[in-house]
Amino acid sequence: MQSIISISNLTKTYASGLQALKRVDLEIRKGEIFALLGPNGAGKTTLISIICGIVTPTTGTVIADGHDILSDYRSARAKIGLVPQELTTDMFGTTWNTMRFSRGLFGRAPNPAHLEKVLRELSLWDKRNDRIMTLSGGMKRRVLIAKALAHEPDILFLDEPTAGVDVELRRDMWALVRQLRDSGVTIILTTHYIDEAEEMADRIGVISKGELILVEEKTELMKKLGKKQMTLHLQEPMTEIPATLGEWHLILKDKGNELEYNFDAREEGTGIPLLLRRLSELGIGFKDLQTRQSSLEDIFVSLVHDRT
Amino acid sequence: MSTAVKIPSFNRHGVWAIYSAELARFKRTFWQSLVTPVITTSLYFVVFGAAIGSRMNEVGGVHYGAFIVPGLIMLSLFTESLNNSSFGIYLPRFTGTIYEVLSAPVSALEIVLAYVGAAASKSILLGLVILATATLFVPIHIAHPVWMVAFLVLTAATFCLFGFMIGIWAKGFEQLQFIPMLVITPLTFLGGAFYSIDMLPPVWRTISLFNPIVYLISGFRWAFYETADVEVGISLAMTLAFFVVCLGGVVWIFRTGYRLKT
Repeated sequence: MQSIISISNLTKTYASGLQALKRVDLEIRKGEIFALLGPNGAGKTTLISIICGIVTPTTGTVIADGHDILSDYRSARAKIGLVPQELTTDMFGTTWNTMRFSRGLFGRAPNPAHLEKVLRELSLWDKRNDRIMTLSGGMKRRVLIAKALAHEPDILFLDEPTAGVDVELRRDMWALVRQLRDSGVTIILTTHYIDEAEEMADRIGVISKGELILVEEKTELMKKLGKKQMTLHLQEPMTEIPATLGEWHLILKDKGNELEYNFDAREEGTGIPLLLRRLSELGIGFKDLQTRQSSLEDIFVSLVHDRT
Repeated sequence: MSTAVKIPSFNRHGVWAIYSAELARFKRTFWQSLVTPVITTSLYFVVFGAAIGSRMNEVGGVHYGAFIVPGLIMLSLFTESLNNSSFGIYLPRFTGTIYEVLSAPVSALEIVLAYVGAAASKSILLGLVILATATLFVPIHIAHPVWMVAFLVLTAATFCLFGFMIGIWAKGFEQLQFIPMLVITPLTFLGGAFYSIDMLPPVWRTISLFNPIVYLISGFRWAFYETADVEVGISLAMTLAFFVVCLGGVVWIFRTGYRLKT
């Protein structure tokens, strides 16, 4: 697949000596939603900031849509929109004026029709003449998105788009991001909310302590590393696990009322049919059965944990 | 989303966006920023022109009230240029909105042109308003209008560049005020805003010649009355030199990303 951003050998060491990025290589594919996942201080914002021109890299190159971000910064930056993490905007200005400002800043001739379209899509059209300081937090965030889209970028960076946003707005934001992707925009978002990456991303990159420790298709990642868990709610409490069930390494929980079986989804045979048959032979009945696939969060924790 | 966009070598839309946004910011405080200097100037005229000036002789053949006009305009021009320009760039740094300018396809030159141009526009306008106010108090004759405007524009641009550097250097609001209050205002008062340095004892006269402000005020006053503390050519050369130094400082800031980029 065609890549729209190529990052190679990128490092960043701040003046304080902090090594924020240790040799990052990454290809972002055209038209995908890429989620950059990592704990606070992992280097997510540094990586985004370098690509957008706010932070100077120590070494390495970044090519955005065929343009080097340093030597050909005008062409590269014209393609990129950035929605920052903090709600930073000219609080005294109006929504409309701040959007006009953004479009002009990125070198585009005025186009009221485009601005109107973006504002309508973001449900901000009614607020176009309102001062930004009078808007709610969720609206301010949408204003920042509107600003980033004002110059019709091909690549959009969303730095923690749903930090501090309520549940409903989060859903709206996700829907919006999908809609943008459908219109052909490549989206790179950073998040430390695992469910966000799980919900939205086509591919996931996990960054920890300045290193990109993994880049994978989301579904592949889930399949590869997914642990599954089956819980049986027993009819009668059990005091001890029968020796004949030893090969499943079961765990007794909830005062003997629950039997837990952990297995690997990657393996051919999960051993479940045999386990159930053995249980019925032993006369152990159960009221209910639950299976749970480990979330990206579990995967993430185990990944980051393994490294420390 | 977008089709092929031709990237021009000069981002005029970007420069205009910053310039007009800055002027819009000034417009929001239009009355404060215009009325304050008019009142201040009027007070100077009442105190220096009427109360003290009536007891003073002419200076270099010019009525004292008229003599102080170029100095007064310069005093306001210095402080307003420094304040407008330093605040103009400090504010986005402080609020964080600078991210957008840094991530936009605008060159350092374009950023400076827009910010400094907007701040200079405002202080030039202010200088002209003070000049107009002064004509209400004293008869003013401008011998060399073109040179007057040239000194006005060059000085405004220079101090706006200087202010731009302060705005980038400052780590807090008090540091923004530090140089204008503690360096520029005393130098202006000691730089012959209200007197000719010929009126000073020889030692102080020599010391005054190390004050760059002397050259700026002297040159500007020459454009009005053709009387000057120092040769007008030297004034012009010093003004240009100061401009080049400030421009060099700003270019260095953007080359290195000093306090703008990490």
